[in-house]
Amino acid sequence: MATETLTLGKALNTGLRKALENDPKVVIMGEDVGKLGGVFRITDGLQKDFGDQRVIDTPLAESGIIGTAVGLAIRGFRPVCEIQFDGFVYPAYDQIVSQVAKMHYRSQGKVRIPMVIRIPYGGGIGAVEHHSESPEAYFAHTAGLKVVTCANPQDAYTMIQQAIASDDPIVFLEPKRRYWEKGPVELDAPLADAYPLHASRVARPGTDATVLAYGPMVRTALDAATAAAEDGRELEVIDLRTLSPLDLTAAYESVRRTGRCVVVHEAPGNLGLGSEIAARITEECFYSLESPVLRVTGFDTPYPAARVEEEYLPDLDRVLDAVDRTFGW
Amino acid sequence: MAKGDPGAAARSRRAAPRSKRAAAAGEPELVQLLTPEGERIESALGPDGTEYRVDFTDEEYRGLYRDLVLVRKLDAEATALQRQGELGLWASLLGQEAAQVGSGRALRPQDMAFPTYREHGVLYCRGIDPIMPLGLFRGVDQGGWDPNEFKFNMYTIVIGAQTLHATGYAMGVAMDGKTGGDDGEAVIAYFGDGATSQGDVNESFVWASVFNAPLVFFCQNNQYAISEPLERQTRVPLYRRAGGFGFPGVRVDGNDVLASYAVTRHALDNARHGQGPSLIEAYTYRMGAHTTSDDPTRYRIASEVEAWQAKDPIARMKAFLTKQQIADESFFAEVDEQARTESVHLRERVLAMPNPEPVTMFDHVYPNGSSELDEQRAQFSKYMESFEGSAH
Repeated sequence: MATETLTLGKALNTGLRKALENDPKVVIMGEDVGKLGGVFRITDGLQKDFGDQRVIDTPLAESGIIGTAVGLAIRGFRPVCEIQFDGFVYPAYDQIVSQVAKMHYRSQGKVRIPMVIRIPYGGGIGAVEHHSESPEAYFAHTAGLKVVTCANPQDAYTMIQQAIASDDPIVFLEPKRRYWEKGPVELDAPLADAYPLHASRVARPGTDATVLAYGPMVRTALDAATAAAEDGRELEVIDLRTLSPLDLTAAYESVRRTGRCVVVHEAPGNLGLGSEIAARITEECFYSLESPVLRVTGFDTPYPAARVEEEYLPDLDRVLDAVDRTFGW
Repeated sequence: MAKGDPGAAARSRRAAPRSKRAAAAGEPELVQLLTPEGERIESALGPDGTEYRVDFTDEEYRGLYRDLVLVRKLDAEATALQRQGELGLWASLLGQEAAQVGSGRALRPQDMAFPTYREHGVLYCRGIDPIMPLGLFRGVDQGGWDPNEFKFNMYTIVIGAQTLHATGYAMGVAMDGKTGGDDGEAVIAYFGDGATSQGDVNESFVWASVFNAPLVFFCQNNQYAISEPLERQTRVPLYRRAGGFGFPGVRVDGNDVLASYAVTRHALDNARHGQGPSLIEAYTYRMGAHTTSDDPTRYRIASEVEAWQAKDPIARMKAFLTKQQIADESFFAEVDEQARTESVHLRERVLAMPNPEPVTMFDHVYPNGSSELDEQRAQFSKYMESFEGSAH
């Protein structure tokens, strides 16, 4: 079995290539995805090998990308749309929320929209405004959409293929600041045997407190767990992977053991995923909790200027601070 | 039939049709083949010099008349059902029958249509049971016919959104290699004058143009977007916008079923042969309210409505059929009787439509289902069952 060390970005690129090879109905569309290979090179080389009918450079109009992809899906294609940056998805918001999400429901199951909307998201790359946002809650709040996010190269490679193979419309969030992080990827494992797309996974077992994270924050949570271990405290880190539907099975099991839970995300805290997760854990694990569920999140400000983003983004210290507070309750 | 039909010249007859002309008197740049008085015009020129003509058999002329009358009658029945509390809302097509029947009958079986929420006439032409949209407006479902079975997408309420769907579908037709011959597929996108201000419509113009999509943009300019007149949407005739996007545009008399047919058939055939998109502006008038919730007396004057009444699409067709002795009183009476019977039948079936079981609201949210939703459904079912046998 071929295992290679790939960056997360290259793993996505390889997964997309596989999807194009395996199904002639898969088409990739977006701004600069063709000759340029995308601004992050996630579609690098794909147009050269599959042609401009399979990898389509679109006009510069996000609503147009998603709206025409709806028509292609009705026609029987499986569009994979790239939105260049998180902050540019909003012109397409109506098409995503009112059309993509509702078509199957309105048609009583007669029309399927097997679409994947890829969005590089999150901060930490020193970008100008509109290039560092975390819009997952907008989509997770919308019935009819599913939302997933990968945190390591293996998941990037597998999950993008699973999302494309799924008949559900899926918002696929890519942690752009982790695009260059490397990890082992099994390239030949059959998709059918892969870990399920809509399931969370324990990223590091532990006994003293549970840390829930997803996307770019999984690395931060793991770093925090390493630091905590040096102080003799074992954190269990769970990579949520699927944001809609949420899979909190492992989280409930963990919190019943540890009695303490911290949820971490980059997006603003107010009505973020952490709020929903905290509510559900409180409902399910009420008698096991030693302290309230705490959230470590971005602040309720617009994403700030890049020179202060380190202070805005949750980091190792803020995670450990929250863990400490669960012990001090 | 359409322009280029070899038998056309031989079969054109009667009434010494006027020769071709570019525009009807008093109307700007309008392709017209049947005047409001019921006079046939043999052919008409579009702005790019295209010559439009039709040559139907008597049977076909009578068929178009029958369509117009049936569509109007069923629409009136739906309005009545709303007034009696049986529908939550209705968007009447009154006045727009010719634009819809003309374009709807111009579609070939393999062509795909993307409607707004007012295309009841096109829906009828596509062979869909006219009760289907009444389920949507009664609130018992969301209008769920199978778009691929009838080649007619679901109604779209968000203004202009469907033009992008039509464009993507048309791109898919081309990617499937289904253009280039007489058996090629074409796509038609319906929208209104108000929608031309939407970003999605303008984006769809750009996309259809640069991808040379086999698509006809069919704009029914009924002069009003709820209360706002055309002047609030545009300073140029709508069909001329096409030029800026790089494809042809034409304005047709939307109250003339023959011209609407001819112009649409020509545009669809161009599209199916790989010649790309075009825009048709069907110049018409919404005789009724925007929907049953609207009161048009607040924003338009009676004399304007009366002027358009004189251009009625059905009256001119009836005058033509009578003058040319294509149909007689017994035919008109028979059509009226059929319309009455079908509308009574429609009413009976609407009244018999059952309310859906509440738990069905959880159905079809996702093709692959959702663990969270399964849980909610189970909780809701249990909650509902807790009332069973109680006095409430």
